[in-house]
Amino acid sequence: MDLAKQHIPGKRSRVDKYALTWRLPIIVWQTLFFIGPLLFLIAMSFFLVKNYRMVETFDLASWERMLTRNFFWSSYFYTFGMAALATVVATVLAFPASYALAFKVSENVRRWAVFFLIVPFFTSYLVRTFSWYVILAESGIVNSMLGYVGLGPYTMLNTAFGTMVGFMTLVIPLLVILQTLSLSQIDRNLIEAAHNLGCGRIRTVFAVIVPLAKIGLVVGALFCFILSFGDFISPYYLGGSSPPTLSILIIDTTKSGQQWPRAAVVAICMMTTLFVIAFSAIWFAYRKPKS
Amino acid sequence: MKELNEKPVNSSRRNLLKYTAAAGIAMPFIRSAKAAPTEINMLAWYGHGESDVVGAYEEANNVKFNAKYYAGGDNMLGLISQSPPGTYDLILSDGEFVQQLNAAGYIEELDAADYNFDDMLHEDFKNFPGHWSDDKLFSVMVRFGHLGVSYNKNAMSAEEAMSYKGFWKPELEGKVGHFDWHLPNLGMMSLLNGNGAKLWDVDDAGWKAIQETALSLRPQIGGFFDYGGTFNSLKNGEMQAMCGIGDWITGVLEKDGAPVASVVPAEGGIQFTESYSLGKGSSKADEVKKFIQHMLTPEGQLRSTEMAAYPAFCVTKGGRDFLNTANPAEAQRSGQIEGAVNEPIRLINEGRIHYRDIPIQQSLEDWNDFWSDYKNA
Repeated sequence: MDLAKQHIPGKRSRVDKYALTWRLPIIVWQTLFFIGPLLFLIAMSFFLVKNYRMVETFDLASWERMLTRNFFWSSYFYTFGMAALATVVATVLAFPASYALAFKVSENVRRWAVFFLIVPFFTSYLVRTFSWYVILAESGIVNSMLGYVGLGPYTMLNTAFGTMVGFMTLVIPLLVILQTLSLSQIDRNLIEAAHNLGCGRIRTVFAVIVPLAKIGLVVGALFCFILSFGDFISPYYLGGSSPPTLSILIIDTTKSGQQWPRAAVVAICMMTTLFVIAFSAIWFAYRKPKS
Repeated sequence: MKELNEKPVNSSRRNLLKYTAAAGIAMPFIRSAKAAPTEINMLAWYGHGESDVVGAYEEANNVKFNAKYYAGGDNMLGLISQSPPGTYDLILSDGEFVQQLNAAGYIEELDAADYNFDDMLHEDFKNFPGHWSDDKLFSVMVRFGHLGVSYNKNAMSAEEAMSYKGFWKPELEGKVGHFDWHLPNLGMMSLLNGNGAKLWDVDDAGWKAIQETALSLRPQIGGFFDYGGTFNSLKNGEMQAMCGIGDWITGVLEKDGAPVASVVPAEGGIQFTESYSLGKGSSKADEVKKFIQHMLTPEGQLRSTEMAAYPAFCVTKGGRDFLNTANPAEAQRSGQIEGAVNEPIRLINEGRIHYRDIPIQQSLEDWNDFWSDYKNA
């Protein structure tokens, strides 16, 4: 008889209480500060605004208005495209650094590197974004250096490039940390086995290391997408709000006429998109390869 | 006579601690009894509650301003509508929004006899549109400014800046910025289309023409900016011309030595007007009245026109005279001297200035929707 499945009177309730005690804080927290506001956000999207005041009702006007406007869809596709591009660019840029930190440096160097990757988070993201003004302006550092070799000046601020630089500022340190942690977990014996079986360095990376670190790499990329998709600061201050992303559209909507219900519609569309992307990414990360 | 069994005066450490603790506990009460400034909750554009404007007044009158700042009339109305009556004692509003504040019952009536309207620089300022209703006063104008073409002198000549057409200069492609608010920008497009004094009162055909004019400018546009972004992009030269603003931004930069300026072009300019009202349900009516009176004095007008956040013009003759005496350089720079070609009252009298208003034949929503479309174009 399987002892583990044996019913011991009184045992189950004690175990449940113990488990519940540990689970309770996060359940309460999420209910109060995530589920509750989310439900309110959904309800608010059906409210109306009259004389700058929200009227509690059930009306589809805000949904109809936002989803039938070209500017909403233009902003949606632009935001999605920029976030997807940022994910690809950041993943590609971060991987060599993460690979080096995981496999090519000493434990001591790795610790210092992770510390220095955390340091940028000690300062405000807004401050870090504004510092790019000095670097990317037409009279800034980059164009001055390019000027010495007869190039430029190039317009980098108030462009999609400027927005992308801001996104990289936000996500790359985090992405390198996540990728490094993931790559560090790989069993070195498997890499050596691949080499012993005649697998070249490049092929080992793509046939052994990347598949083994898939979950961490996908989760890192997912974070990158989420942060870029919802970012307001870079598209506004480095992208010149031209064109606006969905986060900027939320600000515009509330700024003019206090249209919180319409802003709620935009926010719900953003969250729905992120849920779909997140679940798809998790499914992809944990999917077992077909044998 | 001291009794024999009386304890001697104890100067021990325990006593010292006891008296120090007692003094410490009593200190907040002593301080509050000595000076408890009257707190005035102010709702205003950024800068109005800062020490360069109200610091001396606070000190002299034992009051303290708690400023809540907004950006744009819509934002202001939203903040008031979501707050209980009495939240804001003093409301600084753009002139065109006073009527809406009054209609919604957010402001109290003022006594016209409390304010020296005879000292106003222009007849219109005494009876500014929307500030009076049924012969009752609801708001007092304290400063104003003009919006037109703002430009970098190295990229545009003064002659080119004398028309909104200057924004279409081929060399400025990607270098023209917008202050991110539809009202002044589309108002300027309306002026360029020749609507003059009827710039806010356009029919469907006129509204369509405004949109077409704006869309033709879109390829020139490098970005849409808030106050900070507008300021920075003009300062670092990323933007060479700016639509939707005036001396209230370039004035700050100009004083800092930047090669920028603002002019009222031939098609006309737009006036922003800032006025103080008493918030509905305020229990500080007397303090608010006293402060508004102060802002109309020469000293108050000087503080207002020199405001560090953004300069504006004096509304009173006394203020103008005091500015010319106390800060002639600023009076000269801003044209607030008799005979200057850009003297603000002269521009109004010549019919080149139109007071900012809200669209009459369309809703603000229509204008805002187009603005969102325009930003995505």
